[in-house]
Amino acid sequence: MNILEFLHMGGHGLFLWPAFGLTLFVLLYNIWSARRSLAEARSAAARRLQMEDIPS
Amino acid sequence: MWTWFHKLGSPPHMHRIAAWMTPWLAWPAGLLIVVALYGGLLMAPADYQQGEGFRMLYVHAPSAWMSMFIYGNMAIAAGVGLIWRIKVAHAVAAASAPVGAWFTFAALATGSLWGKPMWGTWWVWDARLTSELILLFLYLGYMALRTSIEEPQRADRASAVLALVGVINLPIIHYSVYWWNTLHQGATITKLDKPSITGEMLWPLLVMILGFMLYYGAVLCVRVRAEIIRRERNAVWLKEELAQ
Repeated sequence: MNILEFLHMGGHGLFLWPAFGLTLFVLLYNIWSARRSLAEARSAAARRLQMEDIPS
Repeated sequence: MWTWFHKLGSPPHMHRIAAWMTPWLAWPAGLLIVVALYGGLLMAPADYQQGEGFRMLYVHAPSAWMSMFIYGNMAIAAGVGLIWRIKVAHAVAAASAPVGAWFTFAALATGSLWGKPMWGTWWVWDARLTSELILLFLYLGYMALRTSIEEPQRADRASAVLALVGVINLPIIHYSVYWWNTLHQGATITKLDKPSITGEMLWPLLVMILGFMLYYGAVLCVRVRAEIIRRERNAVWLKEELAQ
């Protein structure tokens, strides 16, 4: 089987590859989004602690 | 055993465990997904009815399974949080929702891309598709409710009730293909007698599902840490954690 045949997928490539691409996007996006959420929570907590340290 | 569970309820302890577990879940997840892609796209034979188009199964079915599994997990965590007032349980529920919503979206979108060549339509308002769409709205409603209530404890309780009420949708999704007439095919592997697919087609599907489950575990660990840090008021522990 050559690469073009593989990509053609018996005529189903037009639907199959976008579906695989979309799933891959969802997996990668969720990794990025989770890491960003953690980084944001950490920096917000650091700011909060700094504020609390200032004597009133 | 009970002390282990008890310790899990402690935010600093849960944070440590989640940080430690992330790579142990993430790397096997990546490996399993690559193996499943190889098995599903290259090793499995074409289907006698759907030809190569059946390979959509390897992304559609695991996404649909995850959409329901994560909802179940979220509802259990929300229930535990509601009954025993455990902050960490609410954090697990809150951290699960966006991941579950994305898997539901993936299940609907890949299903649509499968439906067009096989059924001749992107969408039909039948029971399986509609109940899966309702699942997406439940996730979105849960997240919207959380963000609309400022006080974290009230947000936890209100969203937990919504998550628990929404559980009724899970058996409806699962049995919809038996209860109502539908274009959607019946279950492939969860039948009580015998799976309706051959071993060569089945193993990549099972490996993909396992890979997705570990992936969810890894993403959940990262998100739970963010949720714990947001809720934590113990300044001493937070300072130590942020110093790392």
